[in-house]
Amino acid sequence: MFDFLGISPQALFGQLLIGLINGSFYALLSLGLAVIFGMLNIINFAHGAQYMLGAFAAYFLLNYAGLGYWWALVIVPIAVGFTGIVIERLFLQWLYKLDHLYGLLLTFGLALVIEGVFRNFFGSTGLPYTVPPSLQGGQNLGFMFLPNYRAWVVVLSFTVCLATWFMIERTKLGSYLRAATENPTLVRAFGINVPRMITLTYGFGVGLAGLAGVMAAPIYNVSPQMGAHFIIVVFAVVVIGGMGSIMGAIVTGFGLGIVEGLTRVFFPEASNTVIFIIMAIVLLVRPAGLFGKRA
Amino acid sequence: MTVESNTRHATTARPNSEAIAFLVMVLVLVVAPAFVYPVSLMKALCFALFACAFNLLIGYAGLLSFGHALFFGWGAYLAAHLAKVGTLSLPYWAPDWAGGWAGGWHWFVIALPPLPPELAILGGTLFAALLGLAVGTLAIRRQGIYFAMTTLALAQMMYFFAVQAPFTHGEDGIQAVPRGMLFGFIDLRDQTAMYAVTLTIFLASFLMIHRIINSPFGEVLKAIRENEPRAISLGYHTQRYKLVAFVLSAMFAGLAGSTKAIVFQLASLTDVDWPMSGEVILMTLVGGLGTLFGPVVGAFFVVTIENYLTQIGQWVFVVQGAIFVICVLLFRRGIVGEVAQRMQIRL
Repeated sequence: MFDFLGISPQALFGQLLIGLINGSFYALLSLGLAVIFGMLNIINFAHGAQYMLGAFAAYFLLNYAGLGYWWALVIVPIAVGFTGIVIERLFLQWLYKLDHLYGLLLTFGLALVIEGVFRNFFGSTGLPYTVPPSLQGGQNLGFMFLPNYRAWVVVLSFTVCLATWFMIERTKLGSYLRAATENPTLVRAFGINVPRMITLTYGFGVGLAGLAGVMAAPIYNVSPQMGAHFIIVVFAVVVIGGMGSIMGAIVTGFGLGIVEGLTRVFFPEASNTVIFIIMAIVLLVRPAGLFGKRA
Repeated sequence: MTVESNTRHATTARPNSEAIAFLVMVLVLVVAPAFVYPVSLMKALCFALFACAFNLLIGYAGLLSFGHALFFGWGAYLAAHLAKVGTLSLPYWAPDWAGGWAGGWHWFVIALPPLPPELAILGGTLFAALLGLAVGTLAIRRQGIYFAMTTLALAQMMYFFAVQAPFTHGEDGIQAVPRGMLFGFIDLRDQTAMYAVTLTIFLASFLMIHRIINSPFGEVLKAIRENEPRAISLGYHTQRYKLVAFVLSAMFAGLAGSTKAIVFQLASLTDVDWPMSGEVILMTLVGGLGTLFGPVVGAFFVVTIENYLTQIGQWVFVVQGAIFVICVLLFRRGIVGEVAQRMQIRL
């Protein structure tokens, strides 16, 4: 049944799973970018570097503090989010009145600094981070072997994405956020501390990147440049989905991961470029993006 | 777009300040090889032209392209390939006529001998312009931040093509490109001749860009930068103007890359990768966005710093990043913009 076009089910489902894993990270990262852009009007180029920071923080916790994966899952997002808050207070808060482009350039500079420092101390080779004992092994589903950790990443990422969507679209805090995105001055007039909300939003978005980094550490090697190329693909995901909608970012992220996985099966030469090609087609057909409200 | 425009602040311009600055620049560049290693100068000149091309877009049309390495790098690849090999093999997909959807890749071969440097550079430049037309058509469909992300993503796509295409030789790049005989009688292996040619290309392009900026076309670009809806309501097809500006910018970036490939006899992946796009932004930002001489000063500044910093390896990126942060926070007019502001002149 699964044996069509001469492709074995193991290869097909194996690549689909890899696609789903990549999609989990695309979704988490583009979600963070969308949340930050909504409040700060800044495209956070440092997002890839902060994702890398999360992976390294997990590595440090394990090797220097003896705290394992589960601790890292809690501590790292908060710690990385805190560095985000510091960055917002030190640098970003001065840029809100300027053109968007300056925010992009400043965060690009920050990404260069962060990645440069790590490359100096850790070189280009990746550092290993083992899968926690409780998630080792896997399930034999008959048509494929499903490693427990990978299943966990997909489930956790999906849960975090949905929780974020729920918080922003369905809670009172989220309604403040959405209102402040539309009209910050008016929301301030109601006595809500908008600047603090902006700071915390940036911290939250950066914390999401840190969380993605922890989740990625056992799958990809922990290396200084793990975020640099990844973030460019995430940018393409964001262009395809448009940043107007939280759910749009989640759906586009997972969907493109799966498409990329399928491409690796049927047309492996294009697996690196398929997302960019889709972006070009979307720009031709629907310039505002799949979920964008306006160009 | 409200990129802090430098030109706007200096309306009380004395008209000849640009002319004087240009003469000083020519004089310095003619005398410089006597004091500075000419290869470093040629490197700086190629990057200065690259930055001027980039500035045409960000400084005058208000469009931030985060993928200009694409035009620089592919211009370099094509010029290097034309000068060293010549023959072009273009892949295309065609169905097998036996029937069904099956098909395969074929090569369309244009047999050419290795070309002289002037034709190689021309080829690289035109190819970059063609790429500019394709990328520009897609990218100008989105504005502001999306424009930057789109150009970055398309440039990354072309980077992956460069990694995979056989003619680029992957990590090795196209090495030992012959400099050859310009117009059949100027031997470019001679360092002085090569410098003279590079300087001529740079100065001619600089003057052309100056002409473009000060033409009616350039005025419309500035209008689009300041207020695009108003330009539209005045009846300008702003998309068309932006596309032409994009193609021109890509063309000059390709010229810079092609020249670089002949001067250094090398085209490599470094030229098409995203740090190169970042570098040209840095040069323009340091020198002064939207100033005529800013990109030139910025390119010489950044190339000089990098020459001093080669010993410290990876710290170069940290220093570059720090300069970005400082420029954006404290120094948005750039070196030339600051000077022009202080002296109330136009540069």
